[in-house]
Amino acid sequence: MNKLFLTDTSLRDGSHSVSHQYTSEDVEKVVAALDDAGIDIIEVSHGDGLGGSSLTYGFSAENELDLVSIAAKTAKRSKIAVLLVPGIATLDLLEEAHRRGASVVRVATHITEADVSEEYIKAAKQMGMFTVGFLMMVHMADIDKLVEQALIMESYGADVIYATDSAGALLPDDVYARVAALKKALHVPVGHHAHDNLGCAIANSLAAAKAEATYIDGSLGGMGAGAGNAATEMLVGALKKSGYEVNADLFKTMDAAEKVLLPLVVAKGKPLPRHDSNSLIMGYAGVYSSFMLHALKGAERFGVDVRDVLIELGKRKAVGGQEDWIIQVAYDLAKVAGKSV
Amino acid sequence: MGKKVKVAIIGPGNIGTDLLYKLRRSPLLEVAYVVGVKESPGIEIAKGFGIPTTIKGIDEMLSVDEIKIVFDCTGAGPHLQHAPKLKAAGKIAIDLTPAAVGPYVVPSVNMDEKIFNLDNVNMVTCAGQATTPIVYAVNRVADVYYAEIVSSVASKSAGPGTRQNLNEFIETTTKSLKIIGGADSSKAIIVLNPAEPPIMMRNTILTRVRKPDLPAIRASIDDIIAKLRTYVPGYRFLVEPIMQGDTVTTVIEVEGLGDFLPKHAGNLDIINAAAVSVGERFAQRILEGKR
Repeated sequence: MNKLFLTDTSLRDGSHSVSHQYTSEDVEKVVAALDDAGIDIIEVSHGDGLGGSSLTYGFSAENELDLVSIAAKTAKRSKIAVLLVPGIATLDLLEEAHRRGASVVRVATHITEADVSEEYIKAAKQMGMFTVGFLMMVHMADIDKLVEQALIMESYGADVIYATDSAGALLPDDVYARVAALKKALHVPVGHHAHDNLGCAIANSLAAAKAEATYIDGSLGGMGAGAGNAATEMLVGALKKSGYEVNADLFKTMDAAEKVLLPLVVAKGKPLPRHDSNSLIMGYAGVYSSFMLHALKGAERFGVDVRDVLIELGKRKAVGGQEDWIIQVAYDLAKVAGKSV
Repeated sequence: MGKKVKVAIIGPGNIGTDLLYKLRRSPLLEVAYVVGVKESPGIEIAKGFGIPTTIKGIDEMLSVDEIKIVFDCTGAGPHLQHAPKLKAAGKIAIDLTPAAVGPYVVPSVNMDEKIFNLDNVNMVTCAGQATTPIVYAVNRVADVYYAEIVSSVASKSAGPGTRQNLNEFIETTTKSLKIIGGADSSKAIIVLNPAEPPIMMRNTILTRVRKPDLPAIRASIDDIIAKLRTYVPGYRFLVEPIMQGDTVTTVIEVEGLGDFLPKHAGNLDIINAAAVSVGERFAQRILEGKR
């Protein structure tokens, strides 16, 4: 059985669940617990990556670079990663994150736009960072396109290529086929990042492992955009039971979730991620999971049904980062319904 | 037909080729050279128009004295190399890359006379041309302390020069919102969307203001849009200015003229139409003997 490395994204994707309100104190506690549990990589950034703090995506409670600093100081074994979306982040931010101790960067593009990662991946490699090519919304393209785009990122020097199911729209057989195709075509290892919108995050992660993925993402308690990610503690249990070797300790990962992260979220008065008709619609219609809270706000502002907003976003083929389309969709729906805007 | 000033285009990609079409309609400018570094559809189109071309870079063109104005449509890196050579050859550079060697020009906002004494001006970015005027319009009546824009363009309308320079694209656009738009602080985000059929260029402009007077803001925006539409007729509201708290949201769509790429590529139109109007102003001065 292949050995798997886990990336915990509670403090990045999971920060969608708390509207990016994590503090240095929170980060210190969570990183200490994850590090002690043997998680290989811990991702820390605004939910939309470096530079995500904005009106469009929501402002962070604290400068994410300070969160990176405290994470790097706290971690003894785990590597600290940041997410970078070309078009949102500048290279200055990456350089600063690297100075503050981030040694891994995940450069994320839409599945068909891998070539916008070139200057960022090359710059990250130049800095000596472990660099992950993170292809988002993989359900929106077929396998040939995925392989083509993965090869582009590999050619820039990416150390790992991810098939990222940002909309939680894939089923286990789809994930297996995609990861297997990447394994066949690439020289570098392959990773998978799941969302649980269709209730398949763990099953999809197991399918990725079976197809010989090397890197798998999770978040404590399944925190994350939409219905959340694969719960890291559940991943550790399921992967170990399947016979895969992982560095993480099951009990310690469970404790990190139940005793450290979840109480923090509850203390912030935020609901834990859960499956509801909205997250189901996102997985079913293939909508970027991070749109969830913004769609709820937009629907409330203009007095329309959030499910209509989500379905319309799916129809308009909005991609990651286009949270700004939500206002217009809600505004248009309200106008059509004859409401005053 | 009146006298025209001869110009060159460097970099006949998406932007450069679209610019070629627009310049051919100009009463004051005549394209006398198209410079590439490889065979491309843009070079073929220029040849079809009977315009001299080269695929060996800018050196030959530099020695053509009649060429007074050069539009650089390459990328941030190449323009940094071209700029000193153009200056040494006595040519006015209109820079359509995010290199920003010279100051930013947004025609509806800062076509000041002093700009036209310079020999290198920068056209910001397509997103900068589309959004800076709105920030400027809001700022002059409402005092913008924070401006944020999200620009979505169709993947098909973003060529390699844009794709390899997103970092510079964001930096330049962000600065333009402050320097030309007048915001105290700013943020720019760009998203490429591959949907088919391709999406129109679409810009969300969010401004946080100290004086939230929506009717005054609306009037100021209407005034600037009237100016913009003289050179970009496809510039229009998708969401008319709306306010929540101190945040004004305006959403703009830019439909192109469909010169080289189809009408979805309003991003090409807006930066090129702006560059042509700046080029024509330089040409006027040259023809009047003021340069």
